[in-house]
Amino acid sequence: MKRRDFLKKSAGAGIVAGAAISFGGYDKLWASTPAANKYDMVAIMGGEPDAMFDLGIMELGGMGTFVKKGQKVLIKPNIGWDVIPELGANTNPLLVKRIIKHCFDAGAKEVYVFDHTCDNWVNCYKNSGIEKAAKSAGAKVVPANSENYFHSIDIPGGVKLQKAKVHELLLETDVFINVPVLKNHNSTRMTCCLKNNMGVVWDRGYWHSNDLNQCIADYALYERKPALNIIDAYNVMVKHGPQGVSKEDIVPMKSQILTTDWVAGDTAAAKMLGVEVDKVEYIPIAHKMGLGTMNLESLNIKKIKM
Amino acid sequence: MRSHSLRTIRIIFSALVFIGFFLVFADFRYLIPTKYINVLLYLQFVPSAIKFYALGTMAAGGFIIVLVLTVLTGRTYCSFLCPLGIGQDIFSRIGGRFKKKFRRYGYRRPFTILRYSILALTLIFTMTWGIYVVTLLDPYSIFGRFMTYFSKPLIIWINNFLAGILGKFDIYTLSNIQVKGFPLVVYSIPVAFFILVGILSFTKGRLYCNTVCPVGTLLGLISKVSLFRIRFDESSCTKCGRCAVRCKASCIDFLKTDVDVSRCVDCFNCINTCPENALSYGIVRIGNKEHKTDEGRRKMVIGSALMLLGMSTVSKAQEKAAPKPKKPSTVKENKTSPVCPPGGISMEQFTRVCTACSLCINACPNGVLQPSLREYGLSGMMQPVMNYHRSFCTYNCTVCTEVCPTNALQPLLLEAKKLTQIGKAHFIKDNCIVKTEKTNCGACSESCPTKAVHMIPYEGNLVIPEVTEDICIGCGHCEYACPTVPYKAIFVDGNPVHQVAKKPENEKADVKTPVDFPF
Repeated sequence: MKRRDFLKKSAGAGIVAGAAISFGGYDKLWASTPAANKYDMVAIMGGEPDAMFDLGIMELGGMGTFVKKGQKVLIKPNIGWDVIPELGANTNPLLVKRIIKHCFDAGAKEVYVFDHTCDNWVNCYKNSGIEKAAKSAGAKVVPANSENYFHSIDIPGGVKLQKAKVHELLLETDVFINVPVLKNHNSTRMTCCLKNNMGVVWDRGYWHSNDLNQCIADYALYERKPALNIIDAYNVMVKHGPQGVSKEDIVPMKSQILTTDWVAGDTAAAKMLGVEVDKVEYIPIAHKMGLGTMNLESLNIKKIKM
Repeated sequence: MRSHSLRTIRIIFSALVFIGFFLVFADFRYLIPTKYINVLLYLQFVPSAIKFYALGTMAAGGFIIVLVLTVLTGRTYCSFLCPLGIGQDIFSRIGGRFKKKFRRYGYRRPFTILRYSILALTLIFTMTWGIYVVTLLDPYSIFGRFMTYFSKPLIIWINNFLAGILGKFDIYTLSNIQVKGFPLVVYSIPVAFFILVGILSFTKGRLYCNTVCPVGTLLGLISKVSLFRIRFDESSCTKCGRCAVRCKASCIDFLKTDVDVSRCVDCFNCINTCPENALSYGIVRIGNKEHKTDEGRRKMVIGSALMLLGMSTVSKAQEKAAPKPKKPSTVKENKTSPVCPPGGISMEQFTRVCTACSLCINACPNGVLQPSLREYGLSGMMQPVMNYHRSFCTYNCTVCTEVCPTNALQPLLLEAKKLTQIGKAHFIKDNCIVKTEKTNCGACSESCPTKAVHMIPYEGNLVIPEVTEDICIGCGHCEYACPTVPYKAIFVDGNPVHQVAKKPENEKADVKTPVDFPF
């Protein structure tokens, strides 16, 4: 019952926000020709997930900056757990839906969504609300439950991780959009942009047993990098992550961060979560490996409060 | 009734029943709701009888209906409701197509001593020793195992083949499913029975049902007083013998115009075959000839086939790409008890009533239920056991408890299941990556749905697992996720008697909703 209420409410909120924008300045978004990014990062606070995304992507020049006509897009949310949306263990379905819409509006030929889940994949796809949301927006929701979908790739320069098996769609699509949900993590302290990629690979056990933090950073060396990272910090799991036990683990932060630099994204996310960035070891490792910057002062960040 | 439509009705009805059972076991996408599965299972004789014995309620009285049906109509159960029997009819039919000789059955004397011995031994063993002989011989369970061990992998292979082709066209409606076999030894019994039942039905019709099957023999015994039977109109019979040739139970002695009602499975083939319409199905007349017991020689052809195949190797069911940490783990997992599925109440109770029909193994969406090898002792072979090296028990799932036809797994509400402690996690620090490699891992704690497995500070920035046993439910997600080989650093030891776990308590997070960005 609670879940249904939640869905109804959030769906309602989404419609209202969507309508407000389409009556408002939403059209400008498409009118403006996608120019070079003015900002390295856009952080939004105080709105619903879909409305915050509308604003954020507009500040980055619209989805057309990242997705060209006729391209195939892969959206990788976190769908790792068999948990309902309000418990914040998975990416917010409303946000996923909105991103897909923007992709299609920018002329995407096809949009795909998958995650290599931790819990039973059928339940995760269903109970996270993401399968339904993504399908309703016209995306293809693709299984990632079998090793058959994964292909070997090399990661030159990886310290611990030189080989991995990645999902075929990561190799077949033109644009990769990383949509993590910000959460506490029992071992690495935080899961966000970089760690979300554990759902793109098959053999996570190797990472866990070969210096998890180094492997997370190593994977970021791989050439198929996200064009954009969209951090869902709407309902943030601040303890008992990454799965959570109950809603007591959740703090509503009603925030979202869009960035092309995933190390910077993780740095900002760590601050949101209130953890020391250095304690999230893969962030400084990735910074030192030149995969992005944890020096937020050097970036041009746009902060918006709704 | 001399109606020719009786046979047609039998064929249509049994085909529907068979398709139903086939779909239930082949349903690898878990689309069939359990309530429909339960409807289908309600009238299965042995599971229902066991459930009735365990529960004592009429809700489990399907077998009584079967008994009444048998008293009224004879062994209609064997032709209309038994999936193994119907399956044998299909085999016989194929056999007949294959070689005409196989469709010419003819009268054969019953293996009276053998069949009643098997029935008697089954009853005696079951009452004094346990369920094991029933497990071996219950026709429904045999059918379930055929489906689980042979048909379903085949179906999944076909699915994967199609999914592969569709995937090339960017269609992902079918998904690839990895087929992982069972340990080789547990195949021995289903394979032996498949050969036995297969060959007998292929060449000799219902010989298995009338010789080995204890349900067939029991219902045959009751049929001797049944109201409706196949009967001869001796005045019109020309003794052409066509009926005997068509009788797949080989029970028509046309020279004596006699039908052995204890072996007749009411297939009605004879009625349609008789050119003189001398055979009919109707209420038995008083003074009808009683079938005389034959005292001839008995061939013990079948007995030897019951022996197990002498296979001893165990297949490695581990995933191909098993993770390899640098150092192999050294401390062996000290499992004192196997983990019996939720709803089993206790190992003793569960193994006493489970007939290894394998329906739960099929229904489990995670594939954590596996046929046991020696976990419950040799006598419990093939009964399902939780295998956490292969998978784990989904927190939000009670399917196995819902489908069990014998009540070996008793229905659990989800909230109760979440507090049913089927085992407890045990941490072996000396195997743990955090200690041996001095790097972070946390795979176990990450997977734990109750956070019974949680991380505590270790050296430097490292954290290491710790188990709070009283909120652990033994789902095995930690054991499954643990990347160490060959021994896991965390494993679930089964509770011989299931316990109630404490509900995990959770305090409100002390982090405040931010009003501004902290960067």
